[in-house]
Amino acid sequence: MRTSRWFKLAAMCAAIVLMFSSAADAAVRGKLEIFSWWAGDEGPALEALISKYEKMYPGATVINSTVTGGSGVNAKAVLKTRMLGGDPPDTFQVHAGQELIGTWVVANRMEDLTWLYEQEGWNKVFPADLLNLLSTDKGIWSVPVNIHRSNVLYFVPGNLAKWGVGVPNTWDEFLEIAPKLKAKGVIPLSVGENWTATHLWESVALSVLGPVKWEQLWNGKLSWRSPEVIRVWELFGEILKYTNTDAPSLSWQQATDMVVKGEAAFNIMGDWASGYMTTTLKLKPGTGFGWAASPGTKGIFMMLSDSFGLPVGCKNKENAIAWLKMLGSRDGQDTFNPLKGSISARTDSDLTKYDAYLQSAARDWRTNKIVGSLAHGVVANERFMNDFATVMDIFLSTKNAQAAANAAQAVAIQAGIGK
Amino acid sequence: MQSRRDQLTAALIILPSIVLLAVFVYGFIAQTVRVSMTDWGQEAAMSLDPEIHHVGLANYRELFGGFLNMRFRQDITNMFFFTLLFVSLSLLVGLLLATLIDQLIWGEAFFRTVFLYPMSLSLVVTGTIWRWLLQPRGGINVLPTLIGLPAGDFLWLSSREQILIFDWSHIFHYICIAAAVVLAVFAYGHWRRGERKELRAKSIICAVLIGISASGILTRVKLLDYPEAHGFNRALWGVIVAAVWQMSGYTMALYLAGLRTIPDELREAARVDGASKFQIYRHVDLPLLKPITVSAIVILGHIALKIFDLIFSMAGPDHVPTSVPAITMFLKTFRGNELAVGSAIGVILLILVSLLIIPYLVNSFKTGKE
Repeated sequence: MRTSRWFKLAAMCAAIVLMFSSAADAAVRGKLEIFSWWAGDEGPALEALISKYEKMYPGATVINSTVTGGSGVNAKAVLKTRMLGGDPPDTFQVHAGQELIGTWVVANRMEDLTWLYEQEGWNKVFPADLLNLLSTDKGIWSVPVNIHRSNVLYFVPGNLAKWGVGVPNTWDEFLEIAPKLKAKGVIPLSVGENWTATHLWESVALSVLGPVKWEQLWNGKLSWRSPEVIRVWELFGEILKYTNTDAPSLSWQQATDMVVKGEAAFNIMGDWASGYMTTTLKLKPGTGFGWAASPGTKGIFMMLSDSFGLPVGCKNKENAIAWLKMLGSRDGQDTFNPLKGSISARTDSDLTKYDAYLQSAARDWRTNKIVGSLAHGVVANERFMNDFATVMDIFLSTKNAQAAANAAQAVAIQAGIGK
Repeated sequence: MQSRRDQLTAALIILPSIVLLAVFVYGFIAQTVRVSMTDWGQEAAMSLDPEIHHVGLANYRELFGGFLNMRFRQDITNMFFFTLLFVSLSLLVGLLLATLIDQLIWGEAFFRTVFLYPMSLSLVVTGTIWRWLLQPRGGINVLPTLIGLPAGDFLWLSSREQILIFDWSHIFHYICIAAAVVLAVFAYGHWRRGERKELRAKSIICAVLIGISASGILTRVKLLDYPEAHGFNRALWGVIVAAVWQMSGYTMALYLAGLRTIPDELREAARVDGASKFQIYRHVDLPLLKPITVSAIVILGHIALKIFDLIFSMAGPDHVPTSVPAITMFLKTFRGNELAVGSAIGVILLILVSLLIIPYLVNSFKTGKE
């Protein structure tokens, strides 16, 4: 008798669970507030996702809370005041990795999404290296919507032929051809404002350290004062000698423009520059502009990703979960990314929807070693990134490799890198 | 004669604003001071119930003497030079414009509007416009080519050159010298006006300060154990130009109003005494404009100390050569999650602004009573 009673109870529980899971889709009604910094060029991609969601769940209304400007600096400030004030949005855009983990996960403000990954079978379609960067030992914390690549070298093939130089495979090769370009009155490498310098730095660091030591730098096993890292700063300083003097006044677009106009030979930028050149400047990938992995990083994909998570205590949890499910789905990713100019995080995406550059990036995504970007929040927490921007700017003024290495080590200790 | 009833009504009417001020201004100032003495900003800073410890003045010590806060010290230096140059140039340009417009026979209203117009723009708009104008390879630098001259090559905002370099570890020494110079200027004023008592007091203090700085005691009182160079970044010129462009119209309006209040009798009396036009300007108009200058200094000074949006939109968040404490405060608080350090910078800014405003308020309160 006793067992049968237990059995009944278990059966009832199972029935309730079943009822809820089948009713989950029907439960998606009411509001869903999405918080992001996507507007302007990136607006249409988000709009496409929202209208897809509203078609899938006609009962739900999406509130699109966008805070523009400052590549997310302003949005993050507003988000922090809202979270501290106990008014979290239902889901928010955040750079996948430590930018999310170091701020929100350690503060117990995010829900673990491991169950969703298992339920949707995402563990199999997202690369293991990516899952590693999204997780801690306590769970998986967000759903990546897109993947951008950081270590891309851009150039105009026709111009290189005219100047008689090839695409450098290593920084040594670059330093060999740079004086020739300079003699012709061409700036060998264009750089923009502060963060684009950090962006260049991470490509240089990856080429000197390689993927293994790059990871060790972030789990605390490699000191910032080790000879290899000091070598990174020294090489970076060498490279800066061949960049434009007006860098701090230029946005990344203006730095890209210099390459397109033939004022500069190369530029290292994330692959949103491909989207800018294809969509805004109407250039043809392959002929209008060319690309390669940044020198010395062939076979390595330095990634960054926008993702959405589930904050603890959000008001419309079911709706937010439905949103996350859609984001992670093959269809959701292939709706968003061709418009955003990025690739799907999934390894099974429909490549016919993407242009020539993105197809090549997606192929690399499936075969390359994946590492995380520093400049875009994957490998280091916000406190480190904030102070590193200052370390970078002081290096740009003083060009003192040893001092930069010391300062970065002190910042790493204070920010608890690798703890 | 006021009745009791009147006094009661008066008290009731101002009560709501007093309560609101007490909570939303002074309450939050107190809260900020409290936070600035904690370590809020460690790992789980953003949790609903963060672990916070009281650390006394450690954040302030770190800001002024810590290895990692070199940026804040450069910010303070930038703020000092920016305030000095922005206020004095705005006053000069404003006075010049006001004087010229005052001489106009026609079109005065037109020019007044033209010069006052920039002030109605948001600082962000000004910043964006001037960011474009000051592009090293465009804007102002190519202007000379219009008349056949070679294009300018000044790097405006992107320059990383520094002049007037001093060693932060000897900062007290420099402050002492600066105070001595300021006192000497005041003393010179008293001497010219024949105010003996004030002259004596100021000269003595000035002499003592010079003695202290000459003795070299202060070079031994160190905030830092190692030399750290700071100075005037030439990149600041770009910001100063934009800020002066925006605010000199305002000082012009102030001075113009001031010139209008000077009674014509005074000028006529001077004319009767045989004063030339310039002499009237120098010895009648300018002295009577002094109160305007003082209030303009206070208003422009506190704008300069708190400047944020203009620089943020002109040079971005991380351009250290033009950064000021307000920007670092924002970044530390909202990007680096170091809320306690951000609060400490906020408190330092508040103290600096009070140093400027309180003497002015006390002074105007005193004259009001008289």
